[in-house]
Amino acid sequence: MSKNWNLITAPLRKANPVTVLILGICSALAVTAKLKPAIVMALSVTVVTALSNLVISLLRKGIPSKIRIIVQLIIVATLVILVDQFLKAFMYDVSKQLSVFVGLIITNCIVMGRLEAFAMSHKPWESFLDGIGNGLGYGSILVIVAFIRELLGSGTLLGYHVIPQGLYDFGYVNNGLMILPPIALIIIGIIIWLQKPEEEK
Amino acid sequence: MGLRNYIDKIKPNFEDGGKFARFHSTFEAFETFLYTPDTVTTSGAHIRDAVDMKRCLISVVFALIPCFLFGTWNIGYQHFLSLGEDVTFWQTVSYGLIKIIPLYIVSYIVGLTIEFLFAEIRHEAVNEGYFVTGFLIPLIMPVDVPLWMLALAVAFAVIIGKEVFGGSGMNVVNPALLARAFLFFSYPSKMTGDSVWIAEKADAYSGATPLGTLFNGGTVHDIPSLTDMFIGTIPGSIGETSKIAILIGGIFLIITGIASLRIIIATFIGAISMSLLISDIPFHYHLLMGGFMFGTFFMATDPVTAAQTNIGKCIYGFLIGAIAILIRVANPGYPEGMMLAILLLNVFAPLIDWCVVECNIYKRKKRWK
Repeated sequence: MSKNWNLITAPLRKANPVTVLILGICSALAVTAKLKPAIVMALSVTVVTALSNLVISLLRKGIPSKIRIIVQLIIVATLVILVDQFLKAFMYDVSKQLSVFVGLIITNCIVMGRLEAFAMSHKPWESFLDGIGNGLGYGSILVIVAFIRELLGSGTLLGYHVIPQGLYDFGYVNNGLMILPPIALIIIGIIIWLQKPEEEK
Repeated sequence: MGLRNYIDKIKPNFEDGGKFARFHSTFEAFETFLYTPDTVTTSGAHIRDAVDMKRCLISVVFALIPCFLFGTWNIGYQHFLSLGEDVTFWQTVSYGLIKIIPLYIVSYIVGLTIEFLFAEIRHEAVNEGYFVTGFLIPLIMPVDVPLWMLALAVAFAVIIGKEVFGGSGMNVVNPALLARAFLFFSYPSKMTGDSVWIAEKADAYSGATPLGTLFNGGTVHDIPSLTDMFIGTIPGSIGETSKIAILIGGIFLIITGIASLRIIIATFIGAISMSLLISDIPFHYHLLMGGFMFGTFFMATDPVTAAQTNIGKCIYGFLIGAIAILIRVANPGYPEGMMLAILLLNVFAPLIDWCVVECNIYKRKKRWK
């Protein structure tokens, strides 16, 4: 039990795919200007990592090692297309905001990394949990960054105005830099900076 | 010597194990600020030079004083000019002081607080590096910048520009320019346009800088005369308008050997050749407009962020001048390019140095074979 639980919790902090392994940075820069696309992206990646880990783990004994990357890609691509179609059908506006980045989950290093490093050598249930853990670890960073960027950049959260009008009357202005992608890199850098000393203890 | 005795009396409190040991850096900073420290190095060979870091930094501050004084007067001058009021010299200066002193208070309080905080956390001596940065930051701001924005920019510049890299002397980009770049991208409405350069100006009066006028389709005839731009009686960031004040400070820096003449000349050559190549207006206008001179003398020459090798300095300066003019002329988004050019070349300076050094090694190797 505790070992399986560890598979989910470890990627949230000390084995976080974004802040420790530095994977999946480009989508973290691209989709975090607003909170809603970030949450949807986090969930999509979680679904894809979890299910692809599960499927690959089930097939792991039958995959010839010479063509394993191609097999992995086909399975990931299938899942990504399913997620993409699902978003287009039920959440069209978010899917438009995410544009190519849902399709680009195929190239997200976290997905392929977990398949190669974990699912190829572990049992299905463990792989599934590992996929969920890593998806959530990625998602948690996405949500933190998007929260800061949307709050300071647009004054909203999930599209609702949260900064009172009084502040604006007082001279407060939304920060334009927060809308631009480079700030996401700086915020991720600060998160790594704060997390590092804790790990070394 | 009552103060000396008092400091000696409270000193044990700040040593290891004392009551206020955690404020050791702060105490040390104030002690060395007041008196020459009595500690000497105990190991190794050391070179002592009269031009130590403190002397170097205070020289830059001295060199900035003409810009500060003229900027203060110009704030008042532009304000009363826009209102059409005729006032005395002292009224002009006192209005300028009322505007500029809050900027300095905010700049130093925020910046030094962060510096002291980091010094305490890291158990290091507090560094004097911020004195120059803190003096520069208000000089490159438009006079109407809100104080909370200035505070935010200073905090960003000191933390992200300097402390993450390990403090003064380790920074990759110039912190003062980073503060300006932060505001430039965060709050463009307060940092660009026609309305921010003159304090509380009359509505009908155009407050555009020469660069802004040209940017919005004006011609050479629409902007102030060369003499005005040289003396500095034009709207603009506080310290950048008067080329005379900048030259006085710049020549002082060159004589004292703090600013590199190589970088300055190379920057001028770069700017002149680029404006001859692509610009419609005569090149000397480009040298007198906007922050070109101020950036060349006080920002590009920053010894920490500039290139270190002699050939590297020439390349570095040339590219700053050329890119600044390129952004001014060809970029559809921003009227001024000096800030972005310097920041870009700050990032590339180590690469330029590396190339120069490797080239040298390669050449010598070939000669040896």
